[in-house]
Amino acid sequence: MAHVETKPETQAARSDLPPADRYASLLEEARKLHGVSHMQDAWRRLRRNWAAMASLAFLVLMSVAAVLTPLVPLQSPILQDLENRQFLPPNASSRTLQLTSDGETKTLTQLLAEFRQEIERLEQDARTASPEERVKIQEEIDARYAVEHPYQKFWHQPDWLAWRLTDLRIILFGDWCLPSLCGADALGRDLLARLFWGGRVSLVVGVVATLVSLLIGVSYGATAGFLGGWVDDVMMRIVDVLYSVPFLFVVIFLITILTEETIKTEYLEPYGIDQIMIFYVVIGAIYWLTMARVVRGQVISLKNEQFVDAARVIGAGSFRIIFRHLIPNVMGIVIVYLTLTIPAVMLFESFLSFLGLGISPPDVSWGLLVNEGIQVITPIKIYWWLVLFPSLTLTLTLFALNFFGDGLRDALDPKMKNR
Amino acid sequence: MLWYLVKRIIWMAGTLWVVFTLTWFLMRAVPGGPFDAEKKIPEEIRRNIEARYKLDQPLHVQYLDNLAHVIRLDFGPSFKLLDYPVNRVIAEGFPVSASLGVFAMIFALTLGLTAGVASAIGRRTAYDYGFMALATVGVAVPNFVLASLAIVLFVFYLGWFPAAGWGTLRQIALPAICLGAPFAGYIARLTRTGMLEVLGQDYIRTAYAKGLRHRRVIVRHALRGAILPVVSYLGPAVAAILTGSIVIERIFALPGLGIHFIEAATQRDYTLAMGMVLVYTFLLFVMNTLVDLSYGLIDPRVKLK
Repeated sequence: MAHVETKPETQAARSDLPPADRYASLLEEARKLHGVSHMQDAWRRLRRNWAAMASLAFLVLMSVAAVLTPLVPLQSPILQDLENRQFLPPNASSRTLQLTSDGETKTLTQLLAEFRQEIERLEQDARTASPEERVKIQEEIDARYAVEHPYQKFWHQPDWLAWRLTDLRIILFGDWCLPSLCGADALGRDLLARLFWGGRVSLVVGVVATLVSLLIGVSYGATAGFLGGWVDDVMMRIVDVLYSVPFLFVVIFLITILTEETIKTEYLEPYGIDQIMIFYVVIGAIYWLTMARVVRGQVISLKNEQFVDAARVIGAGSFRIIFRHLIPNVMGIVIVYLTLTIPAVMLFESFLSFLGLGISPPDVSWGLLVNEGIQVITPIKIYWWLVLFPSLTLTLTLFALNFFGDGLRDALDPKMKNR
Repeated sequence: MLWYLVKRIIWMAGTLWVVFTLTWFLMRAVPGGPFDAEKKIPEEIRRNIEARYKLDQPLHVQYLDNLAHVIRLDFGPSFKLLDYPVNRVIAEGFPVSASLGVFAMIFALTLGLTAGVASAIGRRTAYDYGFMALATVGVAVPNFVLASLAIVLFVFYLGWFPAAGWGTLRQIALPAICLGAPFAGYIARLTRTGMLEVLGQDYIRTAYAKGLRHRRVIVRHALRGAILPVVSYLGPAVAAILTGSIVIERIFALPGLGIHFIEAATQRDYTLAMGMVLVYTFLLFVMNTLVDLSYGLIDPRVKLK
């Protein structure tokens, strides 16, 4: 926050100072100097760190790929083919999107055309039918979309965005799709497609669970630090107790209880809470401890600054001071912890999925893929691609996140200023 | 010192009680008893079973009864492994997990300290860069990925290690190395940073000036100052080794505590799971206390409060 201040005009009126034209040249010089904000300075330092920049590029690429997965001409991640493609090694022979049922093989575009014909037929019926029947037919159309639409057979419950992107993909690439560059798994599903779709889940879990932990940790830490006194003592003692609980075990315990069939159907599903959401909340709920401590420390050092007094003088309440004045000031360090929490959370997700307690099929995540790869290792035959490719993607992403987080921490370190 | 220990024990009792109470009530919050999932059983038998597990009494009686048992270190019968008390499961699994953890820790400390000291002394040499690259890989690779790649490579392709089994050193080696590798990497990085800082200080120059040999200066003077960050890292490391061993035990099919815990969780064997949670909490607390104590022994400036 090194703003170069220039205000010589106010002094130019004094007679013992040099004449105004000399000030003009000084002013000219001062205009050439630019103040560098903390963020700009940090960004400059970050740019010089090639490992962090390479990681950033990799991460951006990864996120774009995750968002645009339905647009990429991939094979189906869930379609099985036990006869021809079980444990198919990596190869480069081109493929089309097709489905074999009752001995008849049809491509996706053919299936789509058939489906559209049927819907049109139903819609025609609806136009001539009586109002009650029309409602019934409309219900049938909706049901068909939800169950019989060809997309439902190639992809597992595509959401709205995935649906639109798939439409676009069909327009762009038709039935053509990438060869099985990473091979196929025990059920003949294409590994490359599963890696892409798994990445989507893994990244979303990482980001959302981290945001949950951010929300809890920052508000908790800021409140404790700002209020101080016995409230602070009690709140931090609670954090201490939680620190000495082996969380993995408690989380596993929690997840098994929350995914119990009756609890799931009676208490959670009516509110639209599914397993992945439980996951976000539970993981986020354990990673907030460090964040709370860090934010508390920062807030304690900030709360005696003048701008807090100024805010109080003009009548701001505690809530407003915490959330409008203090929290924006601790954002730098919070961002650093954020980038270091995301890989920890992703690792935890893959760890749980690996143990069979996390994401459950037919959803995929990278941890699940590694687990599937390990399960089919036998002394007789090793399907190396099923272990190598998921491990590699997971490891590279964690690597990149760690490098980027470290680089960001160095860049935002005020001690490194102007170096 | 004594007061510190007493305080730690009180804290531990409190933490264990909180964990027990939370897990106990969560367990009871699950609708239906643990035997409901089985096919329908006659009313008399159900009543007998409930009497056996004291499920027919009011909630607070059950809670106090369980608490009294747990205080006497009796975790009760397992819900799923018939005629198998939780204590026996723990007694059988604990030695396996403990030796796995100890071997992993020994491996991590030996390799980490050696690599850290070597790269600090040979700063900016091939050793330094090689070790530090290796350490970064060790830190970032998840241990289950490392373990699965190690199985493919060392067990099936090269045949250096047996695939499974437990008992001989050859069987322990690969799981222990896979479990310890990330910690070795982290310890190496900590040691290197600590050594570099210490080596520039006056007392090292003094030690050289009074004619001590290089080896003696490094081992007796420098390492002692550099090891402090490593010691304070041991607390979290022990916790991470406890959790890491779950995965390693599962991949290598070792009959330890971790594998029982996962089974207890997936089979919804609540008494077993709770016993495990309590045992792990206890272990974590003891380890952290030991780390704190050793911190005071190594650095006389640290006073325990």
